[in-house]
Amino acid sequence: MSDAAVGSGGAVLGTPPAGGNYLSHGHGLASWLFTLDHKRIGVLYLISILISFFLGGVFAMLIRTELLTPGRTLMGPDTYNRMFTLHGAIMIFLFIIPGVPGALGNFILPIMLGAKDVAFPKLNLASWWLYVIGSLFAILSMVLGGADTGWTFYTPYSVDSTSSVTALTFGAFILGFSSIFTGLNFIVTIHKLRPKGMTWFKMPLFLWSLYATAIIQILATPVLGITLLLLIVERAFGVGIFDPALGGDPVLFQHFFWFYSHPAVYIMILPAMGIMSELISTFSHRTIFGYRFIAYSSIAIAVISFLVWGHHMFVSGQSNLANMVFSFLTFLVAIPSAIKVFNWLATMYKGSITLETPMIYALMFLALFGIGGLTGLFLGALATDVHLSDTYFIVAHFHYTMMGGVVIAFLGGLHYWWPKMFGRMYSERWGQIAAWLLFVGFNLTFISQFLMGSKGMPRRYYTYLERFQPYHEASTIGGYIMAVAFIIMAVYLVDSLRRGRPAPANPWGSATLEWVCASPPPHDNFATTPQFTDPYDMRGLELDPKTGGYVRRAEA
Amino acid sequence: MFERLIAGAGGASDGNVWMPPQSSTAAPAVDRLFYFIFWISAFFFALIVILAIVFVIRYRKRAGRVAPVEVPTHNTPLEIAWTVIPLLIVFVIFYLGFKIFLDVVTPPKNAYEVQVTAQRWKWMFTYPNGHVDENLHVPLDTPVLLVMTSEDVIHSFFVPDFRLKRDIVPGRYNKTWFRATQEGAHDLMCAEYCGTSHSTMLAQVVVHPPGGFEKWLAEASNFLAKLPPAEAGAQVFRTRGCAQCHSLDGKANVGPTMQAVFGSSVSTRDGKRLVADENYIRESIIDPQARIVAGFDPVMPTYKGRLKDEEITVLIAYIKTLSN
Ligand code: HEC
Ligand SMILES: [Cu+2]
Ligand SMILES: [Cu+2]
Repeated sequence: MSDAAVGSGGAVLGTPPAGGNYLSHGHGLASWLFTLDHKRIGVLYLISILISFFLGGVFAMLIRTELLTPGRTLMGPDTYNRMFTLHGAIMIFLFIIPGVPGALGNFILPIMLGAKDVAFPKLNLASWWLYVIGSLFAILSMVLGGADTGWTFYTPYSVDSTSSVTALTFGAFILGFSSIFTGLNFIVTIHKLRPKGMTWFKMPLFLWSLYATAIIQILATPVLGITLLLLIVERAFGVGIFDPALGGDPVLFQHFFWFYSHPAVYIMILPAMGIMSELISTFSHRTIFGYRFIAYSSIAIAVISFLVWGHHMFVSGQSNLANMVFSFLTFLVAIPSAIKVFNWLATMYKGSITLETPMIYALMFLALFGIGGLTGLFLGALATDVHLSDTYFIVAHFHYTMMGGVVIAFLGGLHYWWPKMFGRMYSERWGQIAAWLLFVGFNLTFISQFLMGSKGMPRRYYTYLERFQPYHEASTIGGYIMAVAFIIMAVYLVDSLRRGRPAPANPWGSATLEWVCASPPPHDNFATTPQFTDPYDMRGLELDPKTGGYVRRAEA
Repeated sequence: MFERLIAGAGGASDGNVWMPPQSSTAAPAVDRLFYFIFWISAFFFALIVILAIVFVIRYRKRAGRVAPVEVPTHNTPLEIAWTVIPLLIVFVIFYLGFKIFLDVVTPPKNAYEVQVTAQRWKWMFTYPNGHVDENLHVPLDTPVLLVMTSEDVIHSFFVPDFRLKRDIVPGRYNKTWFRATQEGAHDLMCAEYCGTSHSTMLAQVVVHPPGGFEKWLAEASNFLAKLPPAEAGAQVFRTRGCAQCHSLDGKANVGPTMQAVFGSSVSTRDGKRLVADENYIRESIIDPQARIVAGFDPVMPTYKGRLKDEEITVLIAYIKTLSN
């Protein structure tokens, strides 16, 4: 199948100039590693984060296998402690934080704007390179034996620890800059490169969410950078900042750390929510419900998320007054998420719903993120948090939000934009099978963890009391089921690249600009600046049986 | 099963699907809040899932169904409603959470005070009479105040049956309190990650029936008189944290092994040699910095004033037995 044929999706605009799309534009490794094309950088990010996800997943499987029985199953406690530290650090710093913005955002954002690229293509490349360098430090830390502090690096443990904490924290420090660069780029791009007619409130909601994310990335990440640097200084030169033995304050570290890391959970979830808005409206084949409330709620989340970090320290000995204020603000930040969920549901009302794989993920998100969010209520309330803090209830809660929320939405987005990115359709049947398998495995894994957590099973335990074993067994089996689902997914996605049906320009019937562009897009995205249209006006989009794609019926 | 699932309030002292047994005065209140939030969550979860399913079934694209052209794009009163109603609900949860929390964290006056020292990976409980124990013994139905500190990293005092948790931070005294309502042993765990043996940093809270606690304390404090010296010494060695740094199996740890140390020839840091006799062992405990064993750091804390003379004597008796 020639590239020209791949691109002929019946789109009005963006039919690629003969023989070219971004994949065939330039050959050789250097044309990829030093590309300034946002699409290629997006693909580089995609490959890198998927490798990280694989690695983090392997650690997760080792952890779950170790926990199949109390006592030693595979490894000793010190190895186990390194496993969960690496699992957490890799999943958070190398996969979830850069995931949606780096891979999907980079690829899609400029095309959604009808632009040729982001505002600063070189900065964009630099951000990927910083990601690579940061990852190398993380790998260096592994080679040096791995850190054993948990991804939270709590002091004074992390000051004393003889494991390779410095390499890992330095890696996270560099990754922070990668994240800041991406955020900066997106903010400027959204301000400067919107097409004529696309006012702020006509912007696709995915862009609103990336914009809100970018604000947090720029404002919060430097605090993490400074904190990790202080930790490194303390470790290297014995300057007393956090270690009471040196005259420091260990709880200060927790304040600094969570000042970044709570907003960071919104760096993770906001882009996922943006994907949700696109998916729900596309597959309901109708306009989004309550655009303004969804857009404003993204900004509300970005603002309030800076004021709730203390809820990680309800049992740290923080004053009752601080506890009260942080508990109150934590409940406030729940509201914008609830608004979004209701608006997504309302978007399905009177729609014309189709259930392709991305929509299956979107529906799963509603259920799983629902559980993740609602269980947050138990943790925001002071009296119940005292009991549940630092147990498996917390572990289950944040996996429901981070994996059931972010990862599920990311997978929805990946399946949604995959045809756009690579010009091929994957097997719909296998897509559905993998999604449902993942759903079953996920719930088995983490519902068990809720149950043992509230019964008092602490987190980060290498061994445990006999009575918790049935829960751990169920959880581990669930983990294996998820692993199978991911293997299936990897197989059919890779297979689609070779044997997949060529993707039409607009396979799902979406109204945002990237679907006007050919699949895969040409190097320059658009030959001429495309005409701005309402991103959620699906009227007049009709399925063309010849190509399997949607085309806009000519206005009568 | 269903009954146990919903048994939030009362009658749940042996635990249910979600919660461990209720064994403190705080537990019922915390559990009531837990189940209050649980049912609110269950309601909203069901609402989300049912609406999603109903919409998917009802508005699924299918042959013969013409999707409406005009669909609502927004509905401000409705959207304000689903902003304000959740807001009111979370305010209620916030208020209850804070109120119960205040009850739970504010100790009554005249509580019985126990000092808690956490050390990697061991608990030490010091009673008003100076007795130190590895487990926390308390009287039934009596408020007990814990004044807690850590010798090294952060730990956390967690008793699931009491719904009680408080971090133990080095360089500070964190306090917490409880009033036990169930006799018997309750698991006490470390809930803040503290390294290699974090998951085995366990102990028991033993709740004694009326009168039983005083009897236990009197007897336990009297172990020096009751036990043979070497056995008493072994107990001091265990409960006072010597075992945290000194092994009995010949392997060096933070400090040298105690196996066969008595009577052996010790080389000190400044190149001298000496024979480890009773006086040397005694000096090592009271003034560890006086002579440092070659190859080790001067990190052993002094036990001067912390151990009674008799305790040091039995320790020496115990260490002697390790040389046979
Ligand atoms: C924080 C770790 C630590 C604790 C707790 C500790 N020690 Fe030590 N101990 C050391 C170190 C390190 C040395 C070697 C350096 C020195 O001589 O001070 C040592 C040395 C000794 C020696 C001399 C050993 C030799 O080979 O010459 C004796 C005896 C001893 N300790 C007994 C005890 C007893 C009894 C206790 C409990 C009451 C105890 N230690 C608690 C760290 C510790
Ligand atoms: Cu948080
Ligand atoms: Cu611990």
